Formats: sequence, structure tokens, C-alpha cells
Amino acid sequence: MQLLRIARPMEERYEVVYLCTHPKCATMVEGHEFLLIEDYSRWDAWKMIPAFFKMVRLIWREKPAAIMTTGAAPGLICLYAGKLLGRKTIWVDSIANVQHLSASGRIARRFVSRIYTQWKDLATPRVAFAGNILGSEKSEK
Amino acid sequence: MIFVTIGTAPFDRFIRIVDEVAPQLGEEIIAQVHQLGFEARNIKTVNFLAPDEFNELFEKARLIVSHAGMGTILSALQQKKPIIIFPRIAALGEHRNEHQLATAKKFKELGSVYVAMNEEELKALLLRKDLKPLAEIGEYASQSLIDSIEEFIG
Repeated sequence: MQLLRIARPMEERYEVVYLCTHPKCATMVEGHEFLLIEDYSRWDAWKMIPAFFKMVRLIWREKPAAIMTTGAAPGLICLYAGKLLGRKTIWVDSIANVQHLSASGRIARRFVSRIYTQWKDLATPRVAFAGNILGSEKSEK
Repeated sequence: MIFVTIGTAPFDRFIRIVDEVAPQLGEEIIAQVHQLGFEARNIKTVNFLAPDEFNELFEKARLIVSHAGMGTILSALQQKKPIIIFPRIAALGEHRNEHQLATAKKFKELGSVYVAMNEEELKALLLRKDLKPLAEIGEYASQSLIDSIEEFIG
């Protein structure tokens, strides 16, 4: 839901392919290519490995200019595969993380090409802040 | 109608306050609760709500009263519902860590939702009849964020 608030307005400019772990998401992005991926947490190493290779194949096929996610583990794996294939990788940390980046975000910070926080006071030279998914002035302090 | 929601962990301290103040409100209160450890006398409690039932109550409600969960906050802002949030406190065993306290403090600073940090504040807010949505959120994320990402992608 958070990601859609960023990606929808970008659909005019780019061809967007959506990946989600829930089949219900398909109805939210009708008219766009939608791919269902398996869900897993950071602790499911045995699910991550095949998922990683699946991602590599997918990214190789689609050759996206960039890959963007708000997490968590499946998004992280996708970015990592994208990184290895030389794609631009973007992590937008969830707005729920008001004190520090999420655990997955901290891992992403090490390798992604661009990382955003949605809270101004969490911005650092490495972690950018440019607004948030709420999109109201009142929420951008 | 006032809709109270706490997600999927017990939060008796919160429900008790709402139940106590309910008779003074003269309005129907429906609370989604979880493993409630006492019998609520003045409000209607529901243990489980299917997503559709949840959405229906959410839509019907004049006011949302909730733990400081980001999902509920976002839904309320999106649906232009006034919302009061009351954070779970990990020190009282209500959560694993104090992130709801941090969320509540942040939103208090932003002024985009009503925030009650304690019983007195929660009761005072519930007794007010003039609560309105405090922030209008856009259809999409901040234009500055979208611009920044598009510039990066090229």
C-alpha cells in the first residue's frame, strides 16, 4: 500500500511491473504486469535461496531500469539480485520506522544504490529524506 | 458510532478506559478486542472481525480510537476519519518494544492525528464532540519524494 502511493504516479513515465507476495494485490494494479512471489521472513533461509535464484532469472528477463521496494525480506532479496545484475536498486524504508531504519533497511543500506527514510530526523549522508507516502505538507516536518 | 481497534494483542488498560468513560458519551461504541481479561459493561466488544466487517465498521464510524499502529493511522488518514491514538507501552508488557510510544510522539509533533499519552488525555479527547480529521493526505506520496526517485532512475 505504501509503495503504491509512490509507484502509481510514476506509471505515466515508466513501464511498471509489480511484484507482490499476496494474490489480492493483482486487483490493485490492474492493467499492469503483476507477478506473484512467495512470502518469507528474514529467518527462512531455506526459502530465500530458491527465491533468490528465481529473482535473478526474473530480473535477467525483465531488465528493469530500477527496482524499488519498501521491504521486507522478499523485497530485500529482490534488490540484492538486482544489485548483482547491475540494476539501480531503491529501498524506501516503511513510514512505521520512526526511530531507526527497519532491520531489513539496515541490511539494504549496505548495498542498495539509493535508500530513503520517511522521517527527516533519520536522514544521514547515506540515507536520503525527500518526503513520505502521506503526501501532505503537514506530515513532512 | 465510535470504533475502537487494537490489532491482535491484548490491550486491557486501553479498553478499560474506554469502557469507563463510555456512559458519559451517549454514543454506541464498538471495540475490536483481543483476549480481553475483564467484562466490558458499557461498550460492545468483538473478538474477531473479518477484513470486510472491519472495513464496514471503520467506514461507518464517526471516530476511530486505536492503539498507535501505523496501519490504522494510515487507513484513518486515507478515509478522512478523525482518529485518536493511544500507544501501547512495552514497560507495561503491552508490546515487545516502545515503538508505539515513538510513533505516538512523532504524530503528536506532526499534529496530524489526536494523540492521548495517558488516561486523562484519552478521556478528555473522547468527551470532545468536535474532533475532525487533522490532516488531509494526498492521493500519492510527497511530490518531492517521487521527483527524487524519478531523478535517480533517470
